[in-house]
Amino acid sequence: MAAEGGHGPLTTGDYIAHHLQNLQACKADGGEWVMNVGHNAADICSGNPMAINVDSMFWSVLLGLIFVVLFRGVAKKTSSGKPTKFQALVEIIVEFVDGSVKDTFHGKSRLIAPLGLTIFVWVFLMNFMDLIPVDWIPSVASAAGITYMKVVPSTDVNVTFGMSIAVFFLIIFYTIKNKGVMGFVKEMTLHPIAPPTKGVGLIAAPFMIAFNFLLESVALIAKPISLSLRLFGNMFAGELIFILIATMFSGGLLLGSGGGLLHVGWAIFHVLIITLQAFIFMMLTIVYLSLASESH
Amino acid sequence: MDINMTLIGQSIAMIVFVWFCMKFIWPPLLAALEERQQQIEEGLAAADKGKESLVKATAEADEIVVEARKQATSILDSANARANEIVADGKLDGVKERERQLSAATAEIEQEANRAREELRGQVSAIAIASAEKILNREIDGKAHDDILSKLAQEL
Repeated sequence: MAAEGGHGPLTTGDYIAHHLQNLQACKADGGEWVMNVGHNAADICSGNPMAINVDSMFWSVLLGLIFVVLFRGVAKKTSSGKPTKFQALVEIIVEFVDGSVKDTFHGKSRLIAPLGLTIFVWVFLMNFMDLIPVDWIPSVASAAGITYMKVVPSTDVNVTFGMSIAVFFLIIFYTIKNKGVMGFVKEMTLHPIAPPTKGVGLIAAPFMIAFNFLLESVALIAKPISLSLRLFGNMFAGELIFILIATMFSGGLLLGSGGGLLHVGWAIFHVLIITLQAFIFMMLTIVYLSLASESH
Repeated sequence: MDINMTLIGQSIAMIVFVWFCMKFIWPPLLAALEERQQQIEEGLAAADKGKESLVKATAEADEIVVEARKQATSILDSANARANEIVADGKLDGVKERERQLSAATAEIEQEANRAREELRGQVSAIAIASAEKILNREIDGKAHDDILSKLAQEL
């Protein structure tokens, strides 16, 4: 299998499909863990809800660890004296996040600002993997016998959705914490149309409550879905364009150099996108949580 | 592209990282930032204070220089006066000394002249006696007329 993994895909379609396939691990029918290593094993785990995308997990945890180690290193050595250059960079990021949180979130919370910082830096680092030429790491992995390797965690919908679901539970937690269970129920049922409380209109109240509940549920669930799909969509589209540009490199000198120009242009533009998407993810998280903890 | 356990794994990873950040990264960084803010604030205040005291010190120094200049002028004036005095005194002393030396010289000259006159007188009387002796040796005894001769010598 390892020897097979060394061969590259043949057609453009194969090439793209190869790049979009996660390295997965799952329990096979026999009960033992298997990974989709090798050419004919691409969809060994696809459709299995218990499968794990090993590459996404590996890279996202690795990048998270890089964030934690770098920032912890600065935090440990930090002093109020003259900062080193890296410390200054970290402090700029911290101050930026702190400012954003203070502008938006008016309550007092020990969680929101560190949450914002973690999301911003972590998502930025995950997006940043997109700027590494699409074939570098997969080629090395392929040489090591790992056939499939997707290096940008934020192009995996599981990753972005996993983060937004954590945010979703935080939203519910903050709503209940600040408004009580009854407050949460009221918010879900008495908005946006307040049901009548007396008179003949009382008959219509259950319908209005049901209607409100439907609307509010959609609004609530839309938050994590839009949060994750926005990031996923942007990064997936960006990655796909990098892959498409990369297919031009094998099309001769003219097409190849054109592809090179396109690659540079798209990469420069992408620097903006990855930063912006990290910022948007952080900012919306803060906004949702501040909405959850503010009374109307 | 399908949803699988990665979702749960990612949620757990995120919770762990956020917890770690909340516990070990955010508080020391923010504390340092706030401390630096405070320090900068204090530093700016101290700089303002320093500027103020510099202005004060400059004014003080100017005052001292003016005072010193005044003092120097007065010292110079008094020194000049004293010098003039000394010169005047010296002139007076010189005149006195000259007069003293002049009178001393005059007295000495007079004395000398008197002495010379006495001597001359003695010599003249001796010559007179000698010549008288020579004359009288022939006619009178010297001894007999000695008293007359000494009287004469005294009268000369």
